[in-house]
Amino acid sequence: MQKISQYIAIRDNRVLWNDNVVFEGQSSDFKDFAKELYQHLEINYPKFYKMDNLCKLAFLASEIALTNNEEEDIALLFCNKEGSLDSDLQHQKLISNIDNFYPSPALFVYTLPNISIGEVSIRHQLKSESMFLLADRYQSEYIAPYCELLINSSKANKVLCGWLKMINGDYQANFYLVEPEGILEHNIENIDQIINK
Amino acid sequence: MAELKNLLKQQIIEVLNLEDICVADIQDDDALFGDGLGLDSIDALELIVLLDKQYGIKLADPKQGKEIFASINTLAAFVEQNRTK
Repeated sequence: MQKISQYIAIRDNRVLWNDNVVFEGQSSDFKDFAKELYQHLEINYPKFYKMDNLCKLAFLASEIALTNNEEEDIALLFCNKEGSLDSDLQHQKLISNIDNFYPSPALFVYTLPNISIGEVSIRHQLKSESMFLLADRYQSEYIAPYCELLINSSKANKVLCGWLKMINGDYQANFYLVEPEGILEHNIENIDQIINK
Repeated sequence: MAELKNLLKQQIIEVLNLEDICVADIQDDDALFGDGLGLDSIDALELIVLLDKQYGIKLADPKQGKEIFASINTLAAFVEQNRTK
């Protein structure tokens, strides 16, 4: 049985790391909050500003989870309910007027939710297993054994799991890192508590 | 021409979300791609859309982009000669 080494929640302008508030932003608007957190984390990665909101959320949660990480074999298992609907709607708005038809290539590339995995992989130089799952709720009973399999079969040394919500400015991220050593047992009960924090 | 160059810099910063860069940071002869502003292929597509939307210029041959987008100087000269709005 693997362990959960840390867990993160981002919601309501706040970041909780292992249940402790480690950052509190001033803005209730996600874009501004994301910029505040980006600056607070002292990240120098200008491509961040080009990302859509879902990618920014996944990027920031991953950044916190992977601080000082030197491990390269980290699998990424992200999951959400809305897919890329937040960006899909913005894209649809841009292309709905035939007389003013200027689709944005920079927005269009984010009309797939798994781009968030790509952004995190590029940032942390990960060439590992990954999956973006769309589901009504976080599938703990499916994802937990998948994590165990990935580590036990040496496909990955750690697995970063994340549940994301991003739609019309309403956001939440619950991430946890699975590895051989940690602070919590990697079981469905603990996972469900982390996801619902 | 100076006014157009300034406007192009503002528009590039806005459409490409270059939040850490201001107009004064972009020199007229700075390379926009590669070592200069570090723009990528998606940025190039976004600039093509910008030319169409703001200046009525449709790039028929994407290969032209390499010369046109070399710097603010080359971009402004191209816009000045080809704009329809």
